[in-house]
Order: sequence, then structure tokens, then C-alpha cells
Amino acid sequence: MSATTTPSTSTGEPHRPVELHDAVIRFAGDSGDGMQLTGDRFTTEAGLAGNDLVTFPDYPAEIRAPAGTQAGVSSFQLHFSDHDIHTAGDAPDVLVAMNPAALLKHIGALKPGGTVIVNVDEFDERALQKAGAMTNPLEDGSLVDFRVQEVGLTSLTLRTLEAEIADGDMTRKEAERCKNMLALGLVSWMFSRTMDATEEWLREKFAKRPVLAEANVKVLRSGRNYGETTEAFAFTYEVPAAQLPPGRYRTISGNQALAYGLVAAAQRAGLPLFAGAYPITPASDILHELAKLKHFDVTTFQAEDEIAAIASAIGAAFGGSLAVTASSGPGIALKTEAIGLAAIYELPLVVVDVQRGGPSTGLPTKTEQSDLLQAVVGRNGEAPVPVVAVKSPGDAFDAAIEACRIALTYRTPVMLLSDGYTANSAEPWRIPDVDGLPDLSTAFAFATERNDADRFLPYLRDPGTLARPWAVPGTPGLEHRLGGLEKAPDTGAISYDGANHHAQTVLRHERITRIGAQLPPLDVDDPTGDADVLVVGWGSTDGPIRAAVHTLRGNGRRVAHVQLTHLAPIHPDLEEVMRRHRVVICPENNMGQLALLLRARTLIDVKAYDRVTGAPFLSSELVDVIERLGGDALEGER
Amino acid sequence: MSTTELPQLTRKDFSSDQEVRWCPGCGDYAVLATVQSTLADIGARPESTVFVSGIGCSSRFPYYMNTYGMHTIHGRAPAVATGLSVSRPDLDVWVVTGDGDALSIGGNHLLHALRRNVNLTILLFNNEIYGLTKGQYSPTSPLGSVHKSTPMGSIDRPLNPVSLALGAEATFVARSIDSDRKHLSEVLAAAHAHRGASFVEIYQNCVVFNDDAFAAVTGKDTKQQNQIRLRQGEPVVFGPEGERAVVAGEDGSMRIVPTAEAGDRVVVHDATREDPTTAFALARLAPSPTGPTPIGIFRAVEGPVYDDLAREQVARAKAAAPADLRALLEGGNIWNVG
Repeated sequence: MSATTTPSTSTGEPHRPVELHDAVIRFAGDSGDGMQLTGDRFTTEAGLAGNDLVTFPDYPAEIRAPAGTQAGVSSFQLHFSDHDIHTAGDAPDVLVAMNPAALLKHIGALKPGGTVIVNVDEFDERALQKAGAMTNPLEDGSLVDFRVQEVGLTSLTLRTLEAEIADGDMTRKEAERCKNMLALGLVSWMFSRTMDATEEWLREKFAKRPVLAEANVKVLRSGRNYGETTEAFAFTYEVPAAQLPPGRYRTISGNQALAYGLVAAAQRAGLPLFAGAYPITPASDILHELAKLKHFDVTTFQAEDEIAAIASAIGAAFGGSLAVTASSGPGIALKTEAIGLAAIYELPLVVVDVQRGGPSTGLPTKTEQSDLLQAVVGRNGEAPVPVVAVKSPGDAFDAAIEACRIALTYRTPVMLLSDGYTANSAEPWRIPDVDGLPDLSTAFAFATERNDADRFLPYLRDPGTLARPWAVPGTPGLEHRLGGLEKAPDTGAISYDGANHHAQTVLRHERITRIGAQLPPLDVDDPTGDADVLVVGWGSTDGPIRAAVHTLRGNGRRVAHVQLTHLAPIHPDLEEVMRRHRVVICPENNMGQLALLLRARTLIDVKAYDRVTGAPFLSSELVDVIERLGGDALEGER
Repeated sequence: MSTTELPQLTRKDFSSDQEVRWCPGCGDYAVLATVQSTLADIGARPESTVFVSGIGCSSRFPYYMNTYGMHTIHGRAPAVATGLSVSRPDLDVWVVTGDGDALSIGGNHLLHALRRNVNLTILLFNNEIYGLTKGQYSPTSPLGSVHKSTPMGSIDRPLNPVSLALGAEATFVARSIDSDRKHLSEVLAAAHAHRGASFVEIYQNCVVFNDDAFAAVTGKDTKQQNQIRLRQGEPVVFGPEGERAVVAGEDGSMRIVPTAEAGDRVVVHDATREDPTTAFALARLAPSPTGPTPIGIFRAVEGPVYDDLAREQVARAKAAAPADLRALLEGGNIWNVG
């Protein structure tokens, strides 16, 4: 009987798994070690086991950064739990380090007493030198605070696939590449996870090379069997299923959910979807997702540049498509002039900005919230545009639909702000009931006939929304011209009159302001209703802020939380809500951009907390920040 | 006798109610009139026709057309038109642009619209000058042009728009002249009939900032000497008596020789040749229009059209799978709670 081919069961397991409420695992290795894939697979298994979860993939900008260096380390963190969680976890309980560079780069984050699984095969002198280690951390006593599990991930993998290599079914190099599956098998065993879905997935992924599929499955099982048979691991763990609200669930990443939201919006509007895009990190996956969904009447256009991407979308919008363009900060900067054009055209258009570190090329793969001002005010002339922000991977679906709703109802370009963290991280997502999604077909109607005695007035406005008619080419009698020059009322004819320009400018602001007045009431999270401290956040800081606020309330603090979805116009309820609180704290992954807007618009002295290290806030960090800035007001004495 | 036959339209049906505001004597007036009457002649419908322009004098064009229209931003008209054309196969989409708009700030978009072979009819009004900004040299101005921004003469070599279009593998490339109503109308009709990207360079006189830039090919006394009319299937000869001929040298380049000496070496024009080499050599006969210059259709070949391919993919995807939103959202690994 060969241990590597017989599926083992947990009968006869020497220890009962230790039950945990939650666990944080970080997989770290070279960019080519398959850490993102390993993390993704473990995430799927955690989701299938019913856990709540949040992930944080973090990888270098270079596709293959110098191997073995700290710069080339790619990591994937997963927080999974038996209860509702909001962050990817502050510090890992378990670190898997595939080489010395991964160990050195990430050991500082590991919880004291945490477990580190190291691929001991990679700790030769050359590798240590490349990683920048003066001494071997496995020998110099620097890991004394941790439980170190030295595992020969490479040699075990090669031994598992000895026969395949000998038979010439695969090269030694190909065999070695399976070592991430050994790590996954081992960690799956540690956390009492099944691996059926991963085995199935491997067989599907390598359908064209069944030899590779079976080799990966064999190594995966080998990892589990290694854990089971060696005495090295004292404990295994189990994180029971979370009590999530009832429903059907899947895991989803922010980019995927955003793409699905756009498709859902187009379907619910009864319109074809046109997406013009130019490849850019971390937004490209939106284009990739949409390109797979052409059967939903989706046309994707990979343009020659960012400007052409939005320009083509504007052309499609004129033709009657629900048009979108997706990019990141540098691309949005290039699109700026065209966003202004769409604003004066008053055509529906959604502009997605998956924010990353800046300025310029900045930190392409790291998250940041520093495009808020670019979205709200970053255009020439007075060009107000509504701005909607995404709070979490699953929320990207709803936020995309909301952005489309505003674009279609008010005939305006809408900026939809996501970020690198939301885009790439995943969480369990309760699949919405399709019939319960907003019916966007009521948001607009194409004009079909003349709206004046004997002519068509392309800028005659709806008295409620101030939206102008959307008349698409092909409609006889409604021929009209749109342009970037200032317009006379109703006719849209060119007007250079100063008084008219002032009136049109005021009108364009009023148009956007009115969107706010028609929003549902602002959602304020304040269970006791008497907090004196208010935390105002936007976008992906939702998770860490919620987690921090939850912790503080557990400590007897009183604190309220508002997470803004609408950044322009800012929800009209917000000012009054802010005035009800003695202290308003605004944490952001930028240098205080929302705080600037809130101060300017309310004259309330918002207390800003800013950090731009390319990583999301830790909840513990925000607990400290809110304690410090909230001070006595957290006690709630009036 | 069909009752559904639409009435024959006239030039007036394509004229908008806006007052045309180019400088008196501008070549744009003539082009506008010819485009309007050509549209009527070829049976175009105002509701199915869209003019898309960029920024510049010529880009005011859509305002004067009683069709759908978009006056966009500087250089981007081909990109806007691409999105419209790809998403709306039922429309006739025209792009009106100039030498600054199409070749300088928008060079990238022109290049890609042409190489993709998007179903657009692109009219490039070449006046070798920036007019709207009051007279700076443009990418087609001859070397040494003295204008406001180049008091000592321009020092960059001009582009030849026809060469550029051929280099981008455009499937239809032609050149005409603002004031030659008959020739322009013929070229426009052929460009419109072509499926894919049609590129038409129109020599257009700017009376204010660059008057008579094309005098060699438009002047009463000079045009017969200098216009080399390209006619499909005919020998390329020109001059009042056809006394000059274009011949191909052994190195592939073209030369002008007296017809009497050309014998059977005279080039016979064939715009439908797949290989653009001959068309390119003809374009290089006149790097700038100061001497004998070819006018007419350089190239007209069939090629896969981007719009058709894009729509074909969507149609194929639709035929293969239903647009089932519920199935999409429930894709991947699913689990139930409660």
C-alpha cells in the first residue's frame, strides 16, 4: 500500500482538532511559487466549509522580480472564522514561508507563539545571501518566539513524483513546481479541511495534461499525509462554520463582483454593455471578466490607450449602450478631459477607478485611496460628476449597479471608486436574488419623438431630475449635435454668452446636487444611539473601521460609524449627523482627502488619521487611533 | 414602385439651422456643400448618419449637418467614432478631422482606427496650418515654414497623410481637393461605399493663415501641369496633353518622364492591389504638394472589418449560451447557509 495514492481518512487521528473561532494564515513565497493560487484554493475550501472570510493578496509589481529576493516575495493572507469578520486579520497565526526571503519579509508580522512552516530545502547559503540574511534564521535563535516547522517541501515533492520524473512524464522542474500543493495539503490537514474541490479544480485546470493534474493531486495528498503521519505537529485546528445570514454563498473578489454588477445593471436596464479599457494594474481583471461575458450582449474594446478607451465608451453611450471604462489612477488622469466632455454632453457613462498608490506610476500593486479628490474635483472647468465608492469585494456588485443607476437616471458620467485591496481580495458573498435587483429600465427612456412644436430640443430638461433626453442615432426627427462648447438652454446650440455660461454652470452643479437629495436616508451605525464620537470612512476602510468599532464597543466605548457610499454629492444627511457628535474622526489611506472635503463643506474640525503604506488599516491600529482621538468623548459624558 | 421607398433628399435636408461660421473664402465651405449634396445623391438618411469631429476649424463641421453629430475633444474623434460604429452597425459614421487634430494630438487614434479597419469614413482636411489657434505650423507644414511659433522656420519634417494611412495598412486611401466638387464627390461616394476604414485627405485652403498652400495643384494656370489623376485601370499620365507619365524604376520607386520616352513602362493604376507598395510609391511621388501630385484613390482593397468581427463574437457567444444572470452569479463553488 502506497501512502501517496491511498486517500487517508481522519479515523485514528492521534489528536482531536483544537476548535478556534478564527485563524489567519499567510502564504509567502517567490513570485513564481504560486502563492496567490495556493491562497485562492484555501479560500475556496474555507468558503465551502461555511466560514466567514476576508483575504489580502499582496504581490510585487514585477511579474518575476529577482528570484529569492525580498522584493520578489508574493503573499496571500486569509482570515477565516466562525463569526462575522471584516478584515483580513492584523497578524497571522500561521505563516508558510517557501524560502528565506519570504521568512525574513513576513516573520515580523507573525503573532508571538504563532506557527511558521518553512521550506527548509531552500535555506542554503546562496538563498540566504539573496534574501539578505546575515545568518541563518533557522539557526541563529531569531525564531525563538515561534513554533517553527521545518519541512522539506521541495524534496518531499520530488520524492512524491519520483516515478513520474523517472518515466519521463514530467521534468524535474515541472515536478518541483508542484511544491505549493504540498504546502496546501499540509495546511489543509492542519485546519481539518477537505480538499475535494481543489482536486476537482486541478483536474479541470490541467485537463489538457492529465499527467500534471494527477501529479498535483498526488502532491496535495502527500502534504496532507505528511502532516498526518509525522509527529512534528502537536495540534490540528478546526474553525467551525460561521453563522452568516441564510442564503446561497460563494466567494467573490472585488473586480469580479464589480464586473458582474455592471453586467447585472445592463441586463436590468435592457441595454447592451460596452466596455472600453486599456490594460492597467489593478483594474485589468474587470476587462478580463467582461470579455468572458459577451453572451450578455457585452462588447469589450481593448483600446490603444486610456483616452481611446473612454472616448469609445462615450461614442457607445451616444449610440445607446450602457457604457463603461475601467482603469486606475494614472489612466483616470489621462481620461480626465473626456470625463469633462461626457459631463457637458450629459450622457450616461461609468468610469471605474481601481485606486493604487501614487503619484505617477507609484505603487501599481498596492492599495491606496488617494484618487478621491481626482474623482470629485480633478477636472478643468466646473465639471461636477457624481462619485460612488466600493466598501468591500461583495459590495462592488451593489456599488456598480448604483453607479449605473445614477448614470442612467441623471444622464451623467459617474466615477466608481474601488481600490487595489478590494479589487483583489475575496470574501463570502451572499448571492442576491436576481428579481430583487433594481429595475433600471425605469431609470430612462430613449426619446422617440420631438419635444417641441416642430423641432427636437436635446437639452430640454426633466423638471425633477434635470436630466435631458437621451435620443439615439437612428431615430428620425431627433437629429442633434452634441459638443464640448458651452450651450444655450434647451437647443444645446453653441453659446458664448457670459450670463448664460454662469447659468449653465450653476445648473450643472444643481443637477448633481439633486442626486443627493433623492437618496435614501444615510445609514448610521450607532447601536446605543448616544455616541459622541463618529467615525466617518469611505470605501474599503469599512472592514477595519467596523472591526475596530466593534472592539471598542466591547470595551464599553460608545462610538458611531458612517461609511460613505456617495462621495459626490456627499450625502445631504451627513452634515447634520456630524453635528450631533462631539468628535468626528476620519481615517483614510491617503493624506486626508475626505477630511479636507468635509472640513471645507461643513466647517467642522474633522480629525484625520492618514496612512499610505500600501496595505489596508489594521483594526487594532484603528482601535488605538479612535481611543487617542476620541479621548473622553468615548466615555459618552455630555 | 415600392410604397416603402423613401423620398429623394436634397442637399438642404442635410443642412442644419446653424449659421456657418468659417472665415469668408475658407475651403471648408466648399467641402461642406459637396458632402451635403453627395449624401443626398448616395441616398444617405439624416437619422442614420453621424458626423464625429475633434477640435479645430474643420471640426465645427457636425454643427452644420442636419444629422446626428458629436463635436468631441482634440484628436479623439476616431476613438469616439469607433465606439459608436462598433456598437451600432446600422449607422453611417463619418469622422471629420484636420492635420493638427488627426496627425498631431490624435495621431495614435488615427493609426489604430485605420489598422483595425473600423467601418468609418474619415475626412482629413489638410490645410498645413493650425487655423483655430491663429496660425502655428502643423505636422504637414513644409520644412522651414515661417509662422508665429516658428519665426526662423519650422525644423521638423512634415508627414504625408496618404503615406501614413498606407503605412497603417488602411484599406481605402484617397486624396481630393476642396474646390474640385466633381472629383471630391466621386471620391466621397467611393469612400462611403467601402466597408472598413476609408481615409480621404482633402487639400483645404486656409485663406487667412496659409493661403495658396496648394496653389500648385489648384491654381488655374498650374493645376493641369501638376494634378496626376489616378484612374482605376488607366495609365498614369498627366499634363494638358498627357505629355508626362509615371514610370516605375527598377528599384521600385516611381519617376516622372515624358510620355514619349515612357513606352510600355507607364504605370497602370490598380488601387485594388493587395500589396500597398505601388500605392505607397505613388504617394511618395509628391512628398509635399508643390509639384506634380497624385489625386484620386490610391488604394481600395477588401479586408476584415473590426466592427463585423466584434459583433460576430458577441453573436457567437449569445448563440452558445443564454444570458442567464442567475447562473452567472451562482457560478463557481456555492454553499448554503440556513
